[in-house]
This record gives sequence, C-alpha cells and structure tokens, in this order.
Amino acid sequence: MIKQTKLYNIHKALGAKIVEFAGFSMPIQYNSIIAEHKAVRESAGLFDVSHMGEIFVRGNNALKFIQNITINDASKLLPGKIQYSAMCLPDGGIVDDLLVYMIEESEYMIVVNASNKDKDFDWMKKNNQSAAEITDCSDEYSLLALQGPQSKTILQKICNRELNLEYYNFFMAKVADEEVLVSRTGYTGELGYELYFKGNEATAEKIWNTLMKAGKDEGLVPAGLAARDSLRLEMGFSLYGNDIDNTTNPIEAGLGWITKLNKPSFIGKEALQQFKSKGTSRKLSGIITKEKCFPRKGYAVTCNGKKIGEVTSGTVSPVLEEPIALAYVESQYSEIGTKVNFLIREKEIPATICKYPFIKK
Amino acid sequence: MNIPANLKYTKDHEWLLIEGNIGTIGITDFAQGELGDIVYLDVDKNLQTIAAGETFGTIEAVKTVSDLYAPVDGKVLEINEGLNDEPQVINTDPYGKGWIVKVEITNASQINELMTAEEYKNQIGQ
Repeated sequence: MIKQTKLYNIHKALGAKIVEFAGFSMPIQYNSIIAEHKAVRESAGLFDVSHMGEIFVRGNNALKFIQNITINDASKLLPGKIQYSAMCLPDGGIVDDLLVYMIEESEYMIVVNASNKDKDFDWMKKNNQSAAEITDCSDEYSLLALQGPQSKTILQKICNRELNLEYYNFFMAKVADEEVLVSRTGYTGELGYELYFKGNEATAEKIWNTLMKAGKDEGLVPAGLAARDSLRLEMGFSLYGNDIDNTTNPIEAGLGWITKLNKPSFIGKEALQQFKSKGTSRKLSGIITKEKCFPRKGYAVTCNGKKIGEVTSGTVSPVLEEPIALAYVESQYSEIGTKVNFLIREKEIPATICKYPFIKK
Repeated sequence: MNIPANLKYTKDHEWLLIEGNIGTIGITDFAQGELGDIVYLDVDKNLQTIAAGETFGTIEAVKTVSDLYAPVDGKVLEINEGLNDEPQVINTDPYGKGWIVKVEITNASQINELMTAEEYKNQIGQ
C-alpha cells in the first residue's frame, strides 16, 4: 500500500507530478524543476517532506543509547539543539544519516530517511542494550521545509515567536495558530526552516495554505523532490542511496567531521578508526566540467583510459549552468585539480576533480 | 495537449512535418511534458543521414535521458543550432522553435508507417 502525506490533495490540486518514493506518493515537481530550484535560491520554496521518519528516544538512558548507535558526539547537545549524525554497522558501513534533536535530557527526536525508516527502527531496537524507550512516530508527523533567503520574512508573518533561531537550533511555536516544532535546518544550503507538526489533513492544509499566502509577495513557490535533489547536490550534501549506503563509510564519504573517534565507544568505532588511520582506497569527490553533458548516477569516471570511479549523483547545476557530480574516485586520483573524464555513451568527456560545495553560499 | 493535425507521429513521440520531400523532425508536446526541463541536446553536428527507427541523438532532461528516433530515412540538411544555447525552447515551443533536424526524405513510402494525429492521440491516451 503506497502511503500519502496529509498534503496529497493539495499536491494533486496544484497539478504536481506525483511519483512513488520510499513508499509514498510524493510530488516530484509542480512545474519546472529548474524554476523551482531558482526560486529557492532567489526567494523561497515550500517542500512537503512528510515522508521523513521521526523516531523518539526517551528515558534515563536515552543519551547513552544514542551515543552508542550514532557516530557524532550527542553529549555536546543541549535542549533545543540539533546535530547531524549517522548510524554505522560494525564494519563502518552507513545504516543511515540522520538528525538528532535534543528536546530535553530524557527525550530526543531522531529524523531519518524515509527509505530507511523501518530498517533504522529495527536496527535501533536490536541495539538497545541500554533499554531506552524507542517509538516510531513517523505517521503522526507532517514535515514542511520552507527554504530560501525570504523564508524568515515569510515565516515571521505567521509565527508567534521571534525567529531568532541560530542554524541547527529549534523551538516550539505557534505557526498559523498551530503547535509546530520550528527547526532552522534544511537540505538546500539556503536560510530555511523545517516545520514538524501533528494533526490531520485539515491542519496540514491550513499550515501549507497559510504559508503560501504569507509568501505571496516574496514569490514563494511549491517545490518538489526533484528541486530538493538538485539543491542539495549543488551544496555537495550526501543523499542516502546515492552517495552513501551500507557499503560506504563516513571517512571516504567526506563525513569525517561527524565521526567522533574520541567518543568512548560506539558501533563501528574500531572500523572507522582503521579507515581514518590507514586511509580509504576511494573518496567521494566533486567533479565539474564546462563540456555540454549530463553526468548521471552509475556513469564511469575514467583517467588514462581506465575506470577509476563512478558517479553517485550528477546534474547540470541550475545556478552554474554547468554539469556537476559527486563520484567515488580512487584516492590517488582524488586530489583537487586532477583531470579525469566522465564516460557517457562510450565517449570520454573531460572533467576536473574539484572542491564541493559547488556553489558559494 | 497540443497534437497538430498536419503532422505525422512515431510511437516514440517524434513528429514529422512534410513539405514536399523535406521533413522537419522534433519531439511532441506530450514528450516534452513527460521529460520535463530539457537541458541539453546531443546530436552529432556532423550527422549526415538518419534511418527510420534508428536513434540519431539523445535528449537530456533534468530527470532522465531519452533517445531520439528517426521517423523516416533521410539526408540531413540542417540541425537546429538554436538548441545549443536554448534547449528549453523544446519545452516551450516543441512544434516551432523546438524543431531538431531537417532532412531530405529519401524513402517516402515510410511515411505511411507513421501515425496520424488522431492515432497518436489514441496512443497517448488523450
């Protein structure tokens, strides 16, 4: 049974293209992907990302549990703060990347990828030696992402609290007179907020419609998952299932910054220590070219006639109007400036290893 | 959905405008809608001939890549260079500025194999 978010009827009414994603009927685009992408960079876009999973961890051992199952140091969190983290297998492979929200000392919300939610929940229950209380509340929550330079101005019009939130902080507030967890996070690289709330279709539609109305003068547009994907790729943010999965580890994926090896112990620590000290055979690398082409997932990356890597995400950047890609490349070729090729329909297209984010924010 | 009555259509969503022995080829309004934002057209600038049912290039949209199929055999007269800088005109004007290639039709009998507007309309379920 394919699930629908509580905003499904709104998407239909807006004429969105709907596709199945992670078991949900989701709006992939409303009009033009590129126009939605640019609207988020220049004014603001509103995304329904209610398919994401919300798993609550409660009890006196909540922190102990999270410290064991995630690779970042959750003891650094304070109530109202958020941390980007991941869960790993004992061999260092990534179970999922996620956000940890500290609500209070004995209550955390973990936000996971929709496609991994059931697997994550099982993994958590299986590794719950500290007997924390773990509850999957995903079906209760809707999640809207309001992203773009105008997002603060728009949200402030219908929010009862001053939006003085720093990046990766959250608070409870009334938005459109409804109780909402307002989080200064996003997946686009822009100023933006993610709004978590409970309630039925009527509540969700009220919040969506109130936001759209509030953002009319600022040029707020509904934006779909396709624009979300190209926006995150311009920032070089990893997407689970493309750039990271259970066969890739955080060190080679460029997520060393969330891997806190000084933490006493956590699942995957020994393996990650090895990767860190010995180095990995490949690295997730940015690749750009000025040639006209469209690098896509699965395309080979070559150098001197031999395959040295594979594209995990690629697009033509709507901002740069040039092709960009993330690819796992053998470490010896991963230095910035290395000349490589995309292999597209048996043709080698010259390209260069580069730093990412691909755009300056 | 715009399906001009004066054109012939392939099952792969190309259209063919016939003027004497000259054929102009593009992709249909339905096809551009399904592909979404078109960002790049890959047709060899030295393309000499096309053959009915064979690919003569690819079209890159944000979502996916799609092959272009020739409706008839032909000798290439002109490739729409305007698409190099503005491939998105295929989205906005698929039967006009979005034309892709112009050919001299070398086997006119193949035209009978193509669909009429009415038949194409049925195929796409409109």
